[in-house]
Amino acid sequence: MMLGYIGRRAYHSVISVIGLLTLVFFLTRLTGDPSALYLPLDSSLEARQAFARLNGLDQPIYVQFFQYLQNLMSLDFGQSLRQNRSAIEVALEAFPATLKLALVAMTLATVLAIVVGALAAARPGSLFDRVAGLVSLAGASTPDFWIAIVGILVFAVGLGMLPTSGTGTALHWIMPIVVLMLRPFGLLVQVVRGTMISALASPFIKTAHAKGMKRRKIIFGHALRNSLLPVITVAGDLATGLINGAVVVETIFGWPGIGKLMIDSIIQRDFAVVQSTILVTAIAIFIVNIAIDLLYAVLDPRIRY
Amino acid sequence: MNAPDKPILRIDKLTVDFLSEGDPVRAVDDVSFDVCPGETLVILGESGSGKSVSTGTVMGLIDCPPGDIVSGSLVFDGTDLSGLDDEGRRELNGRRIAMIFQDPLAYLNPVYTVGRQIAEVFESHGEGEGGAVRDKVVRLLERVGIPEADERIDYYPHQFSGGQRQRVMIAMAIALKPDILIADEPTTALDVSVQAQILELLRDLQRETGMALIMITHDLEVAAAMADRIIVMNGGKVVESGKAEDVFTNPSHAYTRRLMSAVPHADAPKVPRNAAPGEVLLQVAHLSKHYKLGSGPFSPKREFRAVDDVSFTLRRGETVGIVGESGSGKSSIARMLLRLNEPTSGAALFAGEDIFKFKGRALDGFRRRVQMVFQDPFGSMNPRMNVRSIISEPWAIHRDILPRERWNERVVELLELVGLKADHAERHPHQFSGGQRQRIAIARALASEPELIVCDEAVSALDVSIQMQVIELLADLRQRLGLSYVFITHDLPIVRQFADRILVMQRGRIVEEGETEALFVSPQHEYTKTLLRAVPQPKWLRSDPAPIAGQGISGKV
Repeated sequence: MMLGYIGRRAYHSVISVIGLLTLVFFLTRLTGDPSALYLPLDSSLEARQAFARLNGLDQPIYVQFFQYLQNLMSLDFGQSLRQNRSAIEVALEAFPATLKLALVAMTLATVLAIVVGALAAARPGSLFDRVAGLVSLAGASTPDFWIAIVGILVFAVGLGMLPTSGTGTALHWIMPIVVLMLRPFGLLVQVVRGTMISALASPFIKTAHAKGMKRRKIIFGHALRNSLLPVITVAGDLATGLINGAVVVETIFGWPGIGKLMIDSIIQRDFAVVQSTILVTAIAIFIVNIAIDLLYAVLDPRIRY
Repeated sequence: MNAPDKPILRIDKLTVDFLSEGDPVRAVDDVSFDVCPGETLVILGESGSGKSVSTGTVMGLIDCPPGDIVSGSLVFDGTDLSGLDDEGRRELNGRRIAMIFQDPLAYLNPVYTVGRQIAEVFESHGEGEGGAVRDKVVRLLERVGIPEADERIDYYPHQFSGGQRQRVMIAMAIALKPDILIADEPTTALDVSVQAQILELLRDLQRETGMALIMITHDLEVAAAMADRIIVMNGGKVVESGKAEDVFTNPSHAYTRRLMSAVPHADAPKVPRNAAPGEVLLQVAHLSKHYKLGSGPFSPKREFRAVDDVSFTLRRGETVGIVGESGSGKSSIARMLLRLNEPTSGAALFAGEDIFKFKGRALDGFRRRVQMVFQDPFGSMNPRMNVRSIISEPWAIHRDILPRERWNERVVELLELVGLKADHAERHPHQFSGGQRQRIAIARALASEPELIVCDEAVSALDVSIQMQVIELLADLRQRLGLSYVFITHDLPIVRQFADRILVMQRGRIVEEGETEALFVSPQHEYTKTLLRAVPQPKWLRSDPAPIAGQGISGKV
């Protein structure tokens, strides 16, 4: 049953990925001729034609597209113009940096949001609830680039506590993670609080009280488990956003992830790399979505695929 | 069984307010009662009478706020319950006072196995963990009559039937042998035959453990079957209390008398019936509705026969009652007759024309002549429309019924016909009680001047005293307007008053059909007999006071 379900989902995803790659193929080629960027300004017409011929850019666009599809079949994703090596290698090399960042930021955001949201819901209207509401609202609605720049200004330039950009030490991780997790954290606190309040009003919570269960166990055992489904839906959506490449944050902090690679490749008209980054993130997002669906079935025994 | 002991629980002059927006609402007003070990106290009352609130305070299940105990005392075995802190309350709940509720599906946590949920009772009170508890839970499940308990312990609530879920709730409640079991409408959501088994189980458990049973119900038959003593509540007050037999045979308060007289008895006066039914209005022949189960290309094809080869005839001015438990296919028939679902096979002739061949304009015309009244008067009305627009909506759809100038006049006529007032037309559905809303639904059905009205559990959601009023209204309209009814219900006593003929349905088939009185007096089919037997007998009339322990649990639910 389960394998059949994953197979069906994979089949549907392949169709949409092919559609996506088609779109990206033509859109990137609208950005202009790469030879204008890769050859010296004063290079001859012959040199430009040779460059185009070498990279298959002299063919009509539909021939190029057909060629691209054919190469895809044999898992040839094309060459990076910029780095002169396999485009997929370039994309896969950049991906772990993004993945690690996304994983840490999402895990922290989700765990913190569940604790804060559950405690806020346990006593609605309390001081804790109101502070949590204010902080989460601010986190969810402040633009990340603004926080990133102000963060650099205060902690790196002003106080000199943290590096401005790049990777290397553990200190390099702090600002990207905090900036990335603020929005997911804020949104998730609101979702957890809302679903927890309705879960705590459910009849089975009354049963738990009638059984004489401890309040903490009722909140974190019975109510939380039942309020997790919508939380996971939102968390999954936010996670795909981060995997997709936190383009702005990666660019600001000079983080060598897939988001930064994507932007750089678009600017450099490195078509094969743009297509490869999109393929890699699309597959990652597909995996995240499958994982969320399976998590549903684990969390709620009434869901079967 | 009336133990002469001193009461285990005594509630004295309890008054509870609910703080809604604005003024506090008095939910419980100066209520006193007590219950002794081994005794069954029934709190009888209709919805909103304050019966659940008064027991909710015993368990501390009323949230404060919005609830507020204004005055009074609750003393359990020498302890003042209103003075308990959370920990003290937690110690009592589940161990010494336990509770079961009306709707076990909602009151069980859907994401945990029943075994785990029962085990929590032991764990919360430090009565062991892990494997030892598991054995206790299996024994409990066996005791309440769950077959294959050692396997079913790992099932989730949705994998049990309604009756079994209530058995699971009971197992949870009796786990630590409480002194008091509070049962809040424990059988209201169950079919009659299942209800009888659950009541039997509760009586057996009480006999074994000697616990006091406080049972909250609106159902007079259940009350009579269970009660040693009864208190009757109305509008938050106790209006009558005493020994069960006295209250039933000689009710002193006007409200109690009204309540008692609302119960249909065999010897109750019949509502008027048409002496000579007219020509055939509806003829149903070999009607079937099958559903295919298993949708994937590889899963085995199975068929579920919701309605299986059903035939019957209805004459003008006549009422046919379709009786059966949930899942018997009664509502599927109604939906097909109204062309809301298409049948798999079979035919239905309405005034000589095939219902299932109607298309377009002819279908519109047919729908005018057949109307439906649903079970839930809350859900079947648009809350944003006022009564005038609800009733006049059919005229907006079928333009030829009534010219717009006459709409207001006719709305008033219809409201008066169903026993409401002219000025009710401007109000919205939420401003009416359940019974009044069902009257509005009937007025809406009458607006298109139908010949046949299909009532699908039309009075099941109403309090008993209201049920009879609505039945009388329907009978009166039958007389005055020459209407015919298909009256679908799970409640046998109600149709006895009202139907000319009865079809008894089980698993999609008609198992018995006959004239109403004949069917009640000498039922032929085994299932009909079960249904009739399942109507509980009063406790003081029962001749079998001591069934062997364990006998009551053999029935499969």
